[in-house]
Amino acid sequence: MRSLLFIPANQPAMLQNAFLFDADALIFDLEDAVAPEEKDNARHLLHEFLQTMKKPPHVWVTVRVNGVDTEDFLRDVALLRHDSIDAFVLPKASAEAICRLRDQFDHPIKVIPIVEESYQILRMESIAKEEGVMALLLGGEDLARDMGATRSKLGNEIAYARGRVVMIAAAYHLISIDTPYTDVLDDIGFETELEIAKSYGMKAKSAIHPRHVEGINRTFSPSVEEIRFAEHVMEALKAGKSGSFRVDGRMVDRPIVDRAKQTLERAKQYGLVKSS
Amino acid sequence: MKNLVDREISKDLRPYGEQSLQKSNHLSKKQTSTQVEFFSSYKEAFDFFSLKDGITVSFHHHLRSGDGVINDVCQEIRSRDFQHVSLMPSSIFPTYQGIAQLIREHRVNNIVTSYCNGEVSKLVQQGLLQGDFVMQTHGGRARSIMTGERKIDVAFLACPTVDKSGNGSGMEGKSACGVLGYAISDLEYAKKVILVTDHLVESLDQYQLDGKYVDGVIVVDSIGDPQGIVSGTTRITRDPIGLKIAKDTTKLLDALGLIEDGFSMQTGAGGTSLAVAAYVKELMKQKQIRARFCSGGITSYFVEMLEEGLVDKLLDVQCFDLEAVRSSKENKNHQAISASVYGNPDETNPVSEQLDFVILGATEIDLNFNVNVTTDSFGAIIGGSGGHSDIARGAFVTVVVSSLVKSRLPILRESIRTITTPGCDIDLFVTERGVAVNPLRTDLIQKLDQAGIAHWSMPELLQIAHEMTGVPRALSFSNEVIGYVEYRDGSVIDMLYQEGFE
Repeated sequence: MRSLLFIPANQPAMLQNAFLFDADALIFDLEDAVAPEEKDNARHLLHEFLQTMKKPPHVWVTVRVNGVDTEDFLRDVALLRHDSIDAFVLPKASAEAICRLRDQFDHPIKVIPIVEESYQILRMESIAKEEGVMALLLGGEDLARDMGATRSKLGNEIAYARGRVVMIAAAYHLISIDTPYTDVLDDIGFETELEIAKSYGMKAKSAIHPRHVEGINRTFSPSVEEIRFAEHVMEALKAGKSGSFRVDGRMVDRPIVDRAKQTLERAKQYGLVKSS
Repeated sequence: MKNLVDREISKDLRPYGEQSLQKSNHLSKKQTSTQVEFFSSYKEAFDFFSLKDGITVSFHHHLRSGDGVINDVCQEIRSRDFQHVSLMPSSIFPTYQGIAQLIREHRVNNIVTSYCNGEVSKLVQQGLLQGDFVMQTHGGRARSIMTGERKIDVAFLACPTVDKSGNGSGMEGKSACGVLGYAISDLEYAKKVILVTDHLVESLDQYQLDGKYVDGVIVVDSIGDPQGIVSGTTRITRDPIGLKIAKDTTKLLDALGLIEDGFSMQTGAGGTSLAVAAYVKELMKQKQIRARFCSGGITSYFVEMLEEGLVDKLLDVQCFDLEAVRSSKENKNHQAISASVYGNPDETNPVSEQLDFVILGATEIDLNFNVNVTTDSFGAIIGGSGGHSDIARGAFVTVVVSSLVKSRLPILRESIRTITTPGCDIDLFVTERGVAVNPLRTDLIQKLDQAGIAHWSMPELLQIAHEMTGVPRALSFSNEVIGYVEYRDGSVIDMLYQEGFE
């Protein structure tokens, strides 16, 4: 999963077009994108949509429900409980909040907690350990507000949080998902932020506008050079190499072989190489 | 009687059909005048040339929404209480209220134009013309004037700068609008030609309107507002659906081998068309190739491509914005062409026939790829061919881009209200939900199959649309004829009707 596109659940045209933009996952949003007076409409519209949608098989369908401390949370879960939802995106998540969400279901669910407040950054490991958690999504805007900082193009104010999300996600085998870039008119700033997120080791990025999906997919896909090197590593293994050996001038050992396998797996998943 | 696209055509008209590609004979250009008369008012000019009831008056639309000349001429016609006037503006914009006023006062017999939007559309659809409302193509308009099918008594041509020999240029002056491509056939074939300017100079080194065809010049304080020439849609769309369509179109064109060194293209000025140009530009940079030419109405986007060395020349029939005006004046590779050179089917090698591909829009398209850009789904006149049918016929590959559904209405329909451009001239229909290839283009189908690019039939796309919207209820429209749509060869491709339902 490289790209996660937020879709406001109260906008029929956007729901109808949601699968057109090549996002790896969609986050149908019942929380911040929907005004309080629109919550009921949005919930029912989404429920109808989820029942009739023709979902491409490789796309993750997720829903950002309202926070567990709100009345809307229970209404969200009550209505959507039996719909085809691959994961729930939980705002301002804590370990307790995740438990509460999980308790609403009689079957296992997957959860993507959003970490967007300073106390969550500090307690992130407890969130990551919770059953069902598959990823950590950094919410940069709310976090900066919580810290009393101003969001900037280079994102220095969320540098610590970014690093911590990547570190803990890696430690618990979760997907680290970067915050969305909110200035949809600033293409240069968006490209800069993509590079920053990738340099931190983020594995995916969320988006609030479809035009960001392509850049995200490009950035978080294995590059042509990475794929070629991984293929050469596999060819060397097939040819009988083992232990520590040299490929394309680089020393290869067990971790490099493992990474090459992962690279090829992701490349296949994203259609960058043939499955055969 | 029915024509080749199965439309019922009035018996006195020539139906669009197989003979539609035959070339016709041109008249000689008008006698050149030896003396250019100068006037300080419309009144003087009307008096001098003894203009009277029943005249046919033509205009160009290069000042677009900023045009002041058309309204001023209409006012003079009213003040003289002329009746039975016929008008041949190359296009009609909502600001041309003078025409609307003449129609309301029942002074107008016929209107012949290539595009119409606004009050005039509404009035002609109420049946207020005494004669016909005829919608031509840009190339067809030039052809009909040059063959004498359409005779112009007097052409009032707004001209931003005129010299004392009667030569005219659109590049200079406070009302500069750039190229005057739609005025050329009027200039060369109208019985009387009167330039109207707000900038008279001693002499012009370069001019597009040759004074030898000019009979009179009216010098006025203002011919219009140059800010008004900016077309309404000259920005790249930010709509994600439009961008997806544009991106998919570019991939398709590349897979078809159409974006190679030395190619030629035209896109409209609509947001999605311009986005195609943007993606093509990006691809050209990656492939390090140049285009031979881009043509049509020119926007700042194409000027950028010219100035960045990505295209050898621009062949410009009209400037859509002020950057294009600047470039047309400064850059010798930004070349002015006439509507005839652009799209007249009688020309030996019109620009439209040299195009590798063209990107066009549609308000509706049917299962046979017939396109409507003249009326909306309810039959209201909202546009017209302009150059649509000319370049659709000429280009090697003609692409129509559109959302499959707009405002809960499918753009693809079993039957469309008005046929502007015949489906045999449309090769690809690109939507956000898939691409359809005209079955006549087996060569394109084969190439897409080889490239592994999925494509659908029109019935399949229609099915997708109907799954989203349901099947639209069939409407019974008025069958009161108010005019017709003329194909570029002068045959009639469809009739126009009063607005409303039976």
